[in-house]
Amino acid sequence: MRRWFLLPARVWMALFFAAPMLIVAAYGFLTRGDYGGIEQPWTGESFTRLADPLYLAILWRSVWIALVSTLLCAVLGFPLALFIARAGRYRNLFLQLVMLPFWTSFLVRTYAWLFILRDTGLVNTVLAKLHLIRAPLPLLYNDGAVLTGLVYNYLPFFVLPAYAALERLDPALLEAAADLGARPGATLRRVVLPLAAPGIAAGSVLVFIPCLGAYLTPDLLGGGKSVMLGNLVQNQFTTARDWPFGSAISLVLMLLCGVLLAGMMRTRVAKELA
Amino acid sequence: MKAVLELRGVSKDYPGHRAVDSVSLSLERGGFYSLLGPSGCGKTTTLRMIAGFDEPSEGEVVLNGVAVNGSRPYERDVSTVFQNYALFPHLTALGNVEFGLRERGVADRRERALRALDLVQLTGKQDRRPAQLSGGEKQRVALARSLVLEPQLLLLDEPLAALDPALRKQMRAELKAMQRKTGITFLFVTHDQEEALSMSDRVAVMNRGRVEQFGTPEDVYLRPATRFVAGFLGPVNWFGEAGIRPESTRVSREAPLAAPGLRASVASSLFLGNCFHLHATLEDGRAIVAEVPREANHYREGETVWVHWDPADELRFSDPGQE
Amino acid sequence: MKLRAYAVAALIFLHAPLLILIAFSFNSSRFTVWEGFSLHWYAQAFRDPQLAEGLANSLIIAALSALLSTAIGTLAAYGMWRRGAPVLSGSLYLSLVTPEIVTGVSLLALFQWAFRFLHLQLGLYTVVIAHVAFSIAYVVIVISARLRGYDRTLEEAAMDLGASEWRAFTRVTLPILYPAIAAAGLLALVVSFDDYVITSLVAGVDSETLPMVIYAMARRGVSPVVNAVSAMIVVVLGALILASEKLQKQ
Repeated sequence: MRRWFLLPARVWMALFFAAPMLIVAAYGFLTRGDYGGIEQPWTGESFTRLADPLYLAILWRSVWIALVSTLLCAVLGFPLALFIARAGRYRNLFLQLVMLPFWTSFLVRTYAWLFILRDTGLVNTVLAKLHLIRAPLPLLYNDGAVLTGLVYNYLPFFVLPAYAALERLDPALLEAAADLGARPGATLRRVVLPLAAPGIAAGSVLVFIPCLGAYLTPDLLGGGKSVMLGNLVQNQFTTARDWPFGSAISLVLMLLCGVLLAGMMRTRVAKELA
Repeated sequence: MKAVLELRGVSKDYPGHRAVDSVSLSLERGGFYSLLGPSGCGKTTTLRMIAGFDEPSEGEVVLNGVAVNGSRPYERDVSTVFQNYALFPHLTALGNVEFGLRERGVADRRERALRALDLVQLTGKQDRRPAQLSGGEKQRVALARSLVLEPQLLLLDEPLAALDPALRKQMRAELKAMQRKTGITFLFVTHDQEEALSMSDRVAVMNRGRVEQFGTPEDVYLRPATRFVAGFLGPVNWFGEAGIRPESTRVSREAPLAAPGLRASVASSLFLGNCFHLHATLEDGRAIVAEVPREANHYREGETVWVHWDPADELRFSDPGQE
Repeated sequence: MKLRAYAVAALIFLHAPLLILIAFSFNSSRFTVWEGFSLHWYAQAFRDPQLAEGLANSLIIAALSALLSTAIGTLAAYGMWRRGAPVLSGSLYLSLVTPEIVTGVSLLALFQWAFRFLHLQLGLYTVVIAHVAFSIAYVVIVISARLRGYDRTLEEAAMDLGASEWRAFTRVTLPILYPAIAAAGLLALVVSFDDYVITSLVAGVDSETLPMVIYAMARRGVSPVVNAVSAMIVVVLGALILASEKLQKQ
């Protein structure tokens, strides 16, 4: 009887999550038709095209931006998580404050940075008014803008698991460390960080993966200047109408994410993500 | 007269161990029965098999002459009072008591439910939610909820465990009275031997999945079938194959005239309220406990005394048995 | 304490962009220099037919997708609580972690492949299907969290009193779950309403959603009308999420 409860979800996920993935996997090995359709023969051509330096550069940029975003989120997010964990009865309030912007619109949050960073945007206007610059700084349409947007949007993804790990920490351990002569900095380094490591790792994975596959952020904030894998895929499926190539890129993207996830699953990090 | 419940060679296996081992019992209609044993002895598992939450690996559960193996809990005319009461938090006390009646489509369920609440002395509290009731009140609601269905058999899974001692004693008397009044057969699971002895017509003592003895309270206390039963029902001073209970153990300064006695040195005496337990060490080093009436406790530590008893009071077992 | 100062700065960083956006939606001029308070951008937003159509589509899609995903997700969460379902669990988790662009194009691929035989086209319904697919996971998370502390003996008691498994679920567990179900529904609404990437790939020509309209406007350049619409979205979605969290605490 319990089986019937699971049936609708199983059917839906099989039809509209698993099957689509399989189709894309198949398309990656097929050929583009004359009018943009899908045709035989089966070939690995789409994958070999990826070895072109043009596309490798995009791949490399995606990985690099994702890594830097993750690093920034970790560096900026960990102290925030630490603060919340120590906030006693205000913990939930601060968690809400951190998570709330996340739940409003992703598009709006990205657009906000467009508003702030553009040539006639807030930053440039303020700096000009203060006579600190003569010409507007090109803050938009580059990797930096994309990074800003990604870090801003995915910071909560890091803070939450990191906080969860820190919150589970037994305060008695910190007292014991102090009792044994460790100063706050040492306690942080030798007790807190190692014990919070699984949470930090989990948070990093949760940031890295969406950043790797980012589409909207590089699209709006990077213009055509900061093309990532996500933009490439979207382009192939719409304008360029080269679905096999787009599928191949998607597969590579999925593979990278999958390897990362699989690696995490085998460690204690898996418990943190649950 | 047909038995209300018969367990025929019922066993329950889990990977790695046998929780219930070939239990056979027969309960007659209208009696108050107890399943007594330490935690892990299989009494709750047995109860769950009677209620229908678990199926036996072997054997038959027979209710009113009909084998009920395989039938679901809602198909059995058995009702359970759970240890944590399991009251539905989103319903009032009345709603809880009406629940089973509503399933059956009984027309006058409100009146019946109110009468059941009267029976358990909760008149006037029918609109309260479980969160607004005390532990004792919750227990009564759980009882009323089951009793109102007038089941063939009422199962109670350590219902008094969460109550404080004074309330527990009071509830024992009330439960006993309720059983007599309604005439419904009660099967009461507990690890407290005082509870089992004071309430039951017959007690089944379980250990490690087996029923070691099934008899009246006097039977199991005065004529225990195994060492385990003897030891579980009360403290025992063991001497090899025989044992003697502290209340049968006498202490005196002079050597006893009739029965043989043993010399012992008084170690300590513990005041239990209505008597003393005198702990003494025999010449061979073994410890022995004797019950001494309050007025008679004039023995001092280190004093040498005689310990003796009536051989008729000895509990003897042929096999070393389990303990 | 330095940590507190940092935390405050970080929180400001998280909220400032949105607050700035909202503040400038009231600016009477379209430049980033404050020239006075005005509501005329809001008036303009309300008069825009494209925005109105986008809003209507978004509401319809969000409502349908929330209804379906909440129903499917609640049943699934309950089923998984009774007996584990590792494959389903895994696929739901995967659906949360997969980059949207990938789920988007894969669904597009599925639809176009199916359309060869079904002779259909992309439309509102394809968007709803896609939204349900990624919303189920969120619903399952909310309901599972509520079920985690749920007392199993309540259903056993119901069965003991004569209710079948299904009746025990509908008469005991479901009522207790109502607040969580409402919370999950609100969450599904928000998640659906806000989606751009997947929606843009599987929407038909006549099924532009509000995020799609906003995106087009944002691409053309910054406009205070977008600020105004954004401000309204932030406030409404924020309120829905707060309501959802409150319900989850019950």
